[in-house]
Order: sequence, then structure tokens, then C-alpha cells
Amino acid sequence: MVPTTSGFDVVIVGAGHGGAQAAITLRQLGFEGSIALLGDEPYLPYERPPLSKDYLTAEKDFDRLLIRPKEFWEERAVQVFTDRKVTKIDPVTKLVWTETDEAFHYRNLIWSAGGSARTLKCEGAELEGVHTLRTRRDADGIKEALKRVSSVVIVGGGYIGLEAAAALTKLGKSVIVVEAQDRVLARVVGEPLSRFFENEHRSHGVDIRLNMSVHRILGGHSVTGVELSDETVVSCEMVIVGIGIVPSVGPLLAAGAAGHNGVDVDAGCRTSLPDVYAIGDCACHPNEFADGRHVRLESVQNSSDQANVVANLLIGRKAAYVATPWFWSTQYDLKLQTIGLSSGFDQFVVRGDPALRSFSVIYLKTGRVIALDCVNAVRDYVQGRKLVETRIQVDPVVLANVDVSLKSLVEPMSIDSASLC
Amino acid sequence: MSITVSTRSGQAMELEGKVGLSLMEVIREGGVDELMALCGGCCSCATCHVFIDEEFLEKVPPISADEDDLLEGSAYRDGRSRLACQIPYTADLDGLHVQIAPED
Repeated sequence: MVPTTSGFDVVIVGAGHGGAQAAITLRQLGFEGSIALLGDEPYLPYERPPLSKDYLTAEKDFDRLLIRPKEFWEERAVQVFTDRKVTKIDPVTKLVWTETDEAFHYRNLIWSAGGSARTLKCEGAELEGVHTLRTRRDADGIKEALKRVSSVVIVGGGYIGLEAAAALTKLGKSVIVVEAQDRVLARVVGEPLSRFFENEHRSHGVDIRLNMSVHRILGGHSVTGVELSDETVVSCEMVIVGIGIVPSVGPLLAAGAAGHNGVDVDAGCRTSLPDVYAIGDCACHPNEFADGRHVRLESVQNSSDQANVVANLLIGRKAAYVATPWFWSTQYDLKLQTIGLSSGFDQFVVRGDPALRSFSVIYLKTGRVIALDCVNAVRDYVQGRKLVETRIQVDPVVLANVDVSLKSLVEPMSIDSASLC
Repeated sequence: MSITVSTRSGQAMELEGKVGLSLMEVIREGGVDELMALCGGCCSCATCHVFIDEEFLEKVPPISADEDDLLEGSAYRDGRSRLACQIPYTADLDGLHVQIAPED
């Protein structure tokens, strides 16, 4: 086949939340140049979070996951190219190539390729019945196989693993969660929240094994069981591996972009390559809510807000990424909402009673509020935002008192700080 | 059945939606690009904030505590405020006029 080249003012690599939002915002802002949106999956941009929740349980069909309908992209003159995996970038000639040697010339490139699900490296990891859960194809594969499966081992007690555990339990499957740390969600939440979620899952019949890893996966052609690190063997017909993602930045780094954990960007989401921006899960960016440290955030909020920053810059407006991080997770009837970034906290306060299944964990660093995890406590989540944004200093005893609204803590402080000016 | 959606810039769009979806999904499917609906409709954010015509407020389900709290975070909340993801699109809504709330 003769390689073809087409040229666009903006080429967006990655058709997830970030890529889609970048195209949407560019058009909203009146950008009239040509836009190509390249995704490596066979589908139009869709929402990923439901894949481990109500898409897995078949409560929502795929059409309801589409970020915008097909006609939208045509009407907005956004050319969506599906099944295009970009494997190479030449920042000098400003070309990107797909794995089928199709070339796209860009004036500006927005890299929003996200990441791929990390896989196990142990013996048996290639067996039929071992799944990851990142794409629609993954979710469809799991749903199809579930018809013949009654027992599932989930590797990883992070958000994906726990959401999948809740969904599979709902479908009547027997579930074991294997977590290498001494508690679930260890990387992202404080201990009281970990223990709360462990209890909830156990009360729904989930078997949680902590301080445990997978030694090997057993089976001839397809999975029959898992041997754990303590040499116990559990039988199952399916393994779901939820151990994080590997940022998809290979072509960028090969082209010379700086980066160790994803690709490095500045507050304007610019990589070290000219006219190449990166957003979303793969973008290691300076974040005010992490004391200016470079972090990667895997969230819809982050990818959408970074997309908006780049779209503004591309039409010549000033913009910098300063958005307040927020996240959510749904498991059973529990709504977990997070505001801020808790990493680096040196103190936490439990506000409310976990036994009542409505409470918040408030994280402080040097006496100032940096984040809240709110379980069935939407009011704390909404009112806590201001505490995080102002990095308010509050007596932990007051924070823990549910009779004092978080909102009431903001107003007197802002009067105080105003009077100091 | 159809509804009319006014965008932030004041443009009116007439949309025909499928019963069984939420109002948020009908607006999104209809190609209105400014309704972010970031959480996909699980009442976890407030990015599908709309104003419902007063005459229809009685035809939609009452506001839940969670929705109420989320809306409280918006500087633009008024008596017509709802999260579009929490409103099932039913035949009762034929002729509804809904306005996209300003972005917070």
C-alpha cells in the first residue's frame, strides 16, 4: 500500500475524554481550522468510567456511553479516525505515523493517548480468561465470558478492582480480591476509608486477601485457578487484572520529549517538543494541589480541564492549568467523591461515623486542609471544595464536628484574611 | 414529542429525544456541546446544571438530597435549577423549555 499523508491544523492523538473535549472546546471557541481526532479503538469517543460500573452490569448500553453522537462530530467538522494507533512522531517535519504507515501532518499536536492497562508478568498471565479492564473491548470480553464463569479473582484492590468486584457481586459471581498492600486503595486514600471499603466488600461476600500477590495463574488453555504468594491455590474461571496503567507516551519519548512518568508538560500542557501538547492520564504536569510537584492524574476532570487549557492556548488566549482535582467512584450504593489531592498528608480527620455509611475523611498537611474523601456525604464534598482551594487552616476537632458545617468554616476565615490585607 | 433547549449564548434548539434516557442524555445526544456532564450522569458532579421552566417543575421528580447539595455548590442556582441527569425523559416533558445554566 502506498503511504498516504493528510494535513490538519490540529491533530489529536487519543479519542478518550481528553481528546474529545479538546475538539469540542476548540469548536466552541470558534476555532475554524481542520481537526483530526485519532483513536486506536474502533469506536467514537466514549466514557470510560462506566466500563467498570453500569456498563459491566449491563444497566447501560454502549450508545449511552458515547461522549457525543456520530452526527455531532460531522457537524462540527471534526474528522474522527478510528483504529489508528500512532507509533511514530517526527517533530521536525511535524508528522505522526500510524502502525499502518498512514501519515498525518500537524500544525499543532495534542497528545491525549492515555495509557494501557498494566498486565501481570507471572506464569499463566497469557491464559484465556485473564482480562484487563480499560477499554470497551475489554469490558465486552469480560461480559461475554461471564456467561460461563462463576468465580473471579480480581488482582488489585484499587478503584477499578473494587468497582469490578461490586459489579460482579451484583451479577451473582463469587469474587476474590487480591491486594499486594496491607489495605485496599492504599495509594489513594487514608486508612479509615480503606478499612471501610474492605468491610463493605466483605459484607457483600467479597473475599479480600491483603498482603498477597499472584504467584502464578493456573490452567492448561484457560484459567482454572490462581496460586497466591502464600502458596494457597484458589480456583476460578476468570482473572481480572486491575493494577494500574502504563502511560502511552512511547512515540513522544522516542521523538525526544522529556518525561519519566508519562510525558512532562508545563502549566500550559506543552511538552518539550515544539507545538506538541499533552493532556490527560499521560501528562505529568505541575499541580498547585500537589504543592507544585509534577504529577499524573488519571481522571475525567483532569483530562477535560487540560483539554480546555490547550484549546484556549491554540486560539491565542492565555490559559494555565489550575483546576481543582476531583474524582468519584461508585461501589454498591456507596458514592465516593474526592476533592483535592491527599498525597503527602500528615494528618487526617474522620468526620461522621463510618458505621452510618455517610462520612468524610479530611486530609491535612501542616495544619491545612488539602483534600476530602466523602462517602455518601455530598454536602461535605461540595462545601469542602472551598476548604481545599483556600488551603484553610482549621482545628481538626472542629473539622470532625458534624454539627459544624464545612461551609461555615470558610466564611469567617475569608473575613479574617480580608482584614489582614 | 420535543423540547427546546436554550444555550448559554441564547440560541434555541428544538430536540426530539428518546423516552427512557435522561434529560442530560437527550440534550447531549441533540448535539448541544456546552453541557459537560462529566460524571456521565451518576449525580457526582454538577456539570449538567440546567434551568427548567417553572410550569414543568411539578412534572419532574422531586430533587434528592444529593442533587440539592451538588446544586448548592453553584453560584447560579435558583428555584428552577436541576441537574439534567436526574430527570427522566418522559412524555410529560413534551414542550419543555430548558436553559443551560452558566458555567461555574
